[in-house]
Amino acid sequence: MHPAPSVIVFTTLSGLGFGLLTWLGIGMPDVSGWVAFVFFAIAYALAVGGLLASTFHLGHPERAIKAFSQWRSSWLSREGVVSVAALLVMGLYALGRVFLDQNWAPIGWLGAALSLATVYCTSMIYAQLATVPRWKTILTPALFLSIAVGGGALLAGERDFAVILLPVAAVFQIIWWTRGDLAFEQSGSTLASATGLGEPGQVRAFEPPHTGTNYLLREFVFQVGRKHAIKLRIIAFVLGFALPVLLVLAPFAHALFAVAAICHLIGIAASRWLFFAEAEHVVGLYYGKR
Amino acid sequence: MTHHQPQIDTSPKVSDEVRKTTCYMCACRCGINVHMKDGKVAYIEGNRDHPVNKGVLCAKGSAGIMQVNAPSRLKSPMKRVGPRGSGEFEEISWDEALDMAVALLKPIRENDPEKLAFFTGRDQSQSFTGFWAQNFGTPNFAAHGGFCSVNMAAGGIYTMGGAFWEFGQPDWDRTKLFMLFGVAEDHDSNPIKIGIGKIKGNGGKIVGVNPIRSGYNAVADEWVGITPGFDGLFILAMVHELFRAGKLDLEYLSRFTNAPVLIDAETGLLMRDENGKELVIDRRTGKLSAFDQKGILPDLAATHEGNRTVFQLMAEKYLDPQYAPEAVAERCGISADRIRKIASELARVAFDEAFELDQSWTDFRGDTHDKMIGRPVSFHSMRGVSAHSNGFQTCRALHLLQIILGTVEVPGGFRFKPPYPKPISAHPKPHGKVSRNAPLDGPHLGFVHGPDDLMLREDGSPIRIDKAFTWENPMSSHGLMHMVISNAHAGDPYKIDTLFMYMANMSWNSSMNSSGVMQMLTDKDENGDYVIPNIIYSDAYSSEMVAYADLILPDTTYLERHDCISLLDRPICEADAAADAIRWPVIEPDRDVRGFQTTLVHLANRLGMPGFVNEDGSAKYEDYADYIVNHERKPGIGPLAGFRGKDGDKVGRGEVNPDQLDRYIENGGFYVEHIPSGADYYKPWNNAYQDWAVGMGIYDKPEPYLFSLYSEPMRKFQRAAEGHGDRQPPEHLRGRVKETMDPLPIWYPPFEENNVDPDEYPVHALTQRPMAMYHSWGTQNAWLRQIHGRNPLYVPTKIWEANDFAEGDWARVSSVHGSITVPVAHMAALNESTVWTWNAIGKRKGAWALSNDAPEATKGFLLNHLIHELQPPKGDGLRWSNSDPITGQAAWFDLRVKIEKADDPRESQPGFDPIKSPVGQGPDELTWKVGK
Amino acid sequence: MTTLPETTQRKLGLVIDLDTCVGCHACVVSCKGWNTENYGAPLSDQNPYGGDPSGTFLNRVHSYEVQPEEGAAQLIHFPKSCLHCEDAPCVTVCPTGASYKRIEDGIVLVNESDCIGCGLCAWACPYGARELDAAEGVMKKCTLCVDRIYNENLPEEDRMPACVRTCPAGARHFGDFADPESNVSKLTAERGGMDLMPELNTKPVNKYLPPRPKDEMDQIDVLAPFLAPVAEEPKGFIGWLDKALEKI
Ligand SMILES: Nc1nc2c(c(=O)[nH]1)N[C@H]1C(S)=C(S)[C@@H](COP(=O)(O)OP(=O)(O)OC[C@H]3O[C@@H](n4cnc5c(=O)[nH]c(N)nc54)[C@H](O)[C@@H]3O)O[C@H]1N2
Ligand SMILES: Nc1nc2c(c(=O)[nH]1)N[C@H]1C(S)=C(S)[C@@H](COP(=O)(O)OP(=O)(O)OC[C@H]3O[C@@H](n4cnc5c(=O)[nH]c(N)nc54)[C@H](O)[C@@H]3O)O[C@H]1N2
Ligand code: SF4
Ligand code: SF4
Ligand code: SF4
Ligand code: SF4
Ligand code: SF4
Ligand SMILES: [Mo]
Repeated sequence: MHPAPSVIVFTTLSGLGFGLLTWLGIGMPDVSGWVAFVFFAIAYALAVGGLLASTFHLGHPERAIKAFSQWRSSWLSREGVVSVAALLVMGLYALGRVFLDQNWAPIGWLGAALSLATVYCTSMIYAQLATVPRWKTILTPALFLSIAVGGGALLAGERDFAVILLPVAAVFQIIWWTRGDLAFEQSGSTLASATGLGEPGQVRAFEPPHTGTNYLLREFVFQVGRKHAIKLRIIAFVLGFALPVLLVLAPFAHALFAVAAICHLIGIAASRWLFFAEAEHVVGLYYGKR
Repeated sequence: MTHHQPQIDTSPKVSDEVRKTTCYMCACRCGINVHMKDGKVAYIEGNRDHPVNKGVLCAKGSAGIMQVNAPSRLKSPMKRVGPRGSGEFEEISWDEALDMAVALLKPIRENDPEKLAFFTGRDQSQSFTGFWAQNFGTPNFAAHGGFCSVNMAAGGIYTMGGAFWEFGQPDWDRTKLFMLFGVAEDHDSNPIKIGIGKIKGNGGKIVGVNPIRSGYNAVADEWVGITPGFDGLFILAMVHELFRAGKLDLEYLSRFTNAPVLIDAETGLLMRDENGKELVIDRRTGKLSAFDQKGILPDLAATHEGNRTVFQLMAEKYLDPQYAPEAVAERCGISADRIRKIASELARVAFDEAFELDQSWTDFRGDTHDKMIGRPVSFHSMRGVSAHSNGFQTCRALHLLQIILGTVEVPGGFRFKPPYPKPISAHPKPHGKVSRNAPLDGPHLGFVHGPDDLMLREDGSPIRIDKAFTWENPMSSHGLMHMVISNAHAGDPYKIDTLFMYMANMSWNSSMNSSGVMQMLTDKDENGDYVIPNIIYSDAYSSEMVAYADLILPDTTYLERHDCISLLDRPICEADAAADAIRWPVIEPDRDVRGFQTTLVHLANRLGMPGFVNEDGSAKYEDYADYIVNHERKPGIGPLAGFRGKDGDKVGRGEVNPDQLDRYIENGGFYVEHIPSGADYYKPWNNAYQDWAVGMGIYDKPEPYLFSLYSEPMRKFQRAAEGHGDRQPPEHLRGRVKETMDPLPIWYPPFEENNVDPDEYPVHALTQRPMAMYHSWGTQNAWLRQIHGRNPLYVPTKIWEANDFAEGDWARVSSVHGSITVPVAHMAALNESTVWTWNAIGKRKGAWALSNDAPEATKGFLLNHLIHELQPPKGDGLRWSNSDPITGQAAWFDLRVKIEKADDPRESQPGFDPIKSPVGQGPDELTWKVGK
Repeated sequence: MTTLPETTQRKLGLVIDLDTCVGCHACVVSCKGWNTENYGAPLSDQNPYGGDPSGTFLNRVHSYEVQPEEGAAQLIHFPKSCLHCEDAPCVTVCPTGASYKRIEDGIVLVNESDCIGCGLCAWACPYGARELDAAEGVMKKCTLCVDRIYNENLPEEDRMPACVRTCPAGARHFGDFADPESNVSKLTAERGGMDLMPELNTKPVNKYLPPRPKDEMDQIDVLAPFLAPVAEEPKGFIGWLDKALEKI
């Protein structure tokens, strides 16, 4: 899949933003006033920034409102609805925290749940797609959620949780990668099943339909070199998980939290780049690209 | 929950109006419905009533809308201002352009008509352009048939009075076994596809003989991946098998072919009576008889005073073990068992699945047959056979195979389309008598009957610039357009003054040795003048050739002009109907361009050419439309056969009808006249057909004839080479004429096999037509060029692996003549010693209003750079034309090459400087919708 | 509406005969022509005369080679457009309801005025049947020529998809799969019409007819009768000829 910057920015930032909102919703850290304002501002900047970025790849962003209508069946629509709900509810909660020094805990808990649900919906947009075997797994929501809460904990300054949750996310990440590498083979989709031509013998794509390129090739048939991918996985692992944990465990950790968070963000962005770039869509079979 | 869905308009208005005309995205000439919105072309679909395409339309046809809006369309007459080949032009007015042309042409006509060479390319108005050239008086006229497929046309017409190409077709509804030799697309594009669909639907089988298994050959039930150039051997091996097994239609052979005709043992000529009629022995009486006597049964086995029949010579020749499947298998690349199996399948279907139509008919002898016997085997062939230097004989061999199976002009077999069948005796002979300021003594092209008909001067030198109808290629019925530029450049046989060309991209894809041709077109003599002094060219688009002309006469597109697809020319008939068609301006040009035929009329009028002006010098025709309606070739016979006579109720023959074009338009742009049933098979011998054809003006009197399995004209040339007669071939050609002019079909190796070292050049290199692209001119089409914007060289598995090729690699491909460096791709379904590419995808930078980085110019390429118009020098230092020695057909597919992996040169090699586009470049985006 | 109808009254779709398709691309271009002028926005082309031309097409013809264990490789031309799946994942993922499956005939359509161009439906389609138009920013797909098949401004015989009407080889068939007596149902039954990527459970309506067995005359079959010679010698042949001629 084409690793479009807008979707990478979207999933990375909004995942982290909603992760942080989740922690804030359950009152961790237990802050109010200006301090709360800063935390909420960061969370909203990430979440809303991510959501806005996601509209960049729309052909008609001005019609985005229509995307709220199909929550009954569409994960993308659900994500829209739930994210707005999460932002509204958390907004109310933040109002209490920042300006009124109130902790409306039930609203906070609801907001936290909605924030998690948003991340879940985001992940399900991908996890539902049988056309991309690497994504089509319950591990995808597990990965997205664990990264969101782990990263959220980091941002929330919840060191004790972060040092547990980030390694958990790291484990999901490794399992996800490992499974992903075999997913296409195991999906059962092959050029033979795609064309129905396997009966007489071995099928090979001879000529593409057009000598020029097209939307499908640009969007779905992106290939990363293996070496390149391994390098990026290492970067994602080290920056996304290992380094932040080490940094917050180090002495003078307080000063290093910001550095850890930035490392994490970069690492997760790399992971998301790979999330798309390594994902192969079955349509590539028709083009002999797999 | 209820299901909500939007309301949509499922009955939108399709168009304001439908205008019916004829497609010209290729030469198949399908009928089209042009849907108009707001006076613009909105959508093009096939015309269901049209005899050619019956409603279907190919990719090119549907893309016509992108042709009519192509940014490459020429806008106005132009004169060259930069050096030749630069593409620098200045737009001029039509008056100026015509004045310039007349200034060149008038003195030529008055002093030396042969100094004009007028050659037309992929044109369909040859009866008109030929008429123009004849009245101009130059002997130097031909269309492109010589480099295209004259072997097919001549092979068929000399053998059976009709040919493959678009001149005949299988009986698609009844055929059960269809064998296709060397066809990728053909001119009969849609009819062949419709036919293949029919055969599949009827449960018939298709055998595709082709080194490459794509397109038609991919859907064939059997693929015979033959070695290029060896079809003749394969065919004759099947003929051998059929003779051995006696699986021959003896009755058909004895009645309708010259198989029972006696050969004079001394001369090898057919024995004839005092009226010139071929002689046979009547089986019933044992007496010598003219072949056409009522009630006779010509005897195939007869001997008369030591003179044997053609059939006996055939038996002797084809039973020879040199034609046994084992003897040919390896060279053909087909196992002996498979050859036998195919031969036995042909026999099985022809004889065991024979059927009868309950239709009586009377033959030319006056004998009535109460049934028509069907033999559901049919064949078709095109350039894979004809574009070899042995193509004429191979083509004849294929006709021999058809005829011994009795499958020509019978139900289920191969059928001619009017105006065929037509024996060579009913065709004109070539003419070349030049007089100043006067027409030529007759039509340029025709069919020679022997050495006497050659176009040679007293001193034996060629009359024509292309050396057609000389000992180099005596039966070159279509001329040799591919030799014109190199002969004119060499001044051999003489120098010319003006080269006038129309619709032929001669500086690029239509020439052999394209780089050499570009050089010839720009070469200067010691005085600094161009060696070919003047070049006038008519194109509709900014092609590669435009840059090489001094004066451009811009044509319209096919939807903007009148055209006439005439029975006098290349017909659009079907086997059971005569048909012709027109084009008419369904839109008006938005540029200063004119239909080329109209331009020719204007030139003829200014030159005061007979045929075009009246006694008093006034013009007979205002423009081409006027000519189409009012011209009469013979009294009552004009370019169009339909709606003749004052009231438009006459067909074929009839006075001029001033409303003829309107009647055609009302009728959908075409006219069809069906052959009455009972006249629609056995046409060469069927009285009912012959009478119908006379009524239609196809012949002046019935012209029944025998199929010439034994070709007497060829024997006459061969006999001359044996030293008989006054007209003798030059010594260096004597041996070749003797060998190749065998009056019975033979096979000899394509010349390249002997001209180059096959060990050094082990690979055959071919091109194929892409179905969705027409030569060079499809590239300017925004939709089609997305389908075929590049052309890799397809390489078979064995060569692919031997060179360790991978996707994205490049190869250097070399022939004895030159080398190119091009991208490669792997193809398994391919003869193991053959590589190929799509024809004419490669483009010159700057042409066709494309940007300089167009993939056609950077990745695309032509094989033409590897093919020379001359063969390598012989022992005596002479270089013969790279053409069939009989017809002069360009031997494109003889090419042998070697291949090696090459470094990525970034762009295909050789590369050429960009030419300056005289029309600018196209837009960056298209969102084409005319009805808003 | 993004949820799929439980059932549709008819199941309109195409049968594509891989044994007959010659790969001519006629269907590709007539589809482009019709749909550029009709339903929704025109199918645009970017850089149409430049170095990297690319445009929206609703139907494209691939080609594949099949190499059997024994014998020559085969080449198959393979047209592909929307298969109008019964369980169309492209519809259920759509956030706006722009994608829907028609209840009366099962045609899967995009309502362009609702489409935000998010591309998700194209992600969900296994077959590459949807293309986002670069000029208009909306999703384009085969409409099964919904604006032809019921169009009262067209003569009745022309109320079929443009690609079917134009296919010179007759390799494309249009009809109602819900009717077991329809041409398409019969062809599917007779010729073993198949689904593409059945493992994805999209239940495509369009069916593909597999190529028939090829090159049977190339199989070594010792029992096959070859032609029996009438005589070994040319002389003997003439003797045979004399006898054979008696019978005429
Ligand atoms: N390697 C290789 N080369 C080949 C062949 C091959 O098989 N292999 N095939 C050969 C054969 S058979 C042929 S016929 C030739 C074809 O070669 P050409 O006849 O040269 O082919 P085209 O490219 O069709 O172009 C003819 C010219 O006609 C122009 N044209 C198009 N429409 C119009 C119009 O309406 N009016 C006018 N005035 N001009 C128009 C085009 O712009 C183009 O410049 O190529 C030959 N070259
Ligand atoms: N779409 C489209 N249609 C066209 C044209 C076009 O450019 N595009 N051009 C038109 C013109 S001008 C012409 S002349 C016709 C030509 O129509 P075709 O005769 O179909 O011409 P080619 O495409 O040159 O195909 C020649 C075929 O012969 C095969 N072949 C080559 N050598 C041999 C051999 O030795 N033996 C056998 N058995 N096969 C061999 C090649 O593999 C190829 O498949 O098409 C016309 N129709
Ligand atoms: S075959 Fe195609 S391009 Fe040629 S005339 Fe017919 S529709 Fe037009
Ligand atoms: S039009 Fe017919 S034969 Fe041509 S590519 Fe399409 S389906 Fe195949
Ligand atoms: S083919 Fe693709 S676009 Fe068409 S219905 Fe099926 S999933 Fe949807
Ligand atoms: S691109 Fe349009 S049709 Fe497709 S899912 Fe998005 S909104 Fe729906
Ligand atoms: S049915 Fe209509 S929209 Fe669909 S592929 Fe055919 S022509 Fe295109
Ligand atoms: Mo040609």
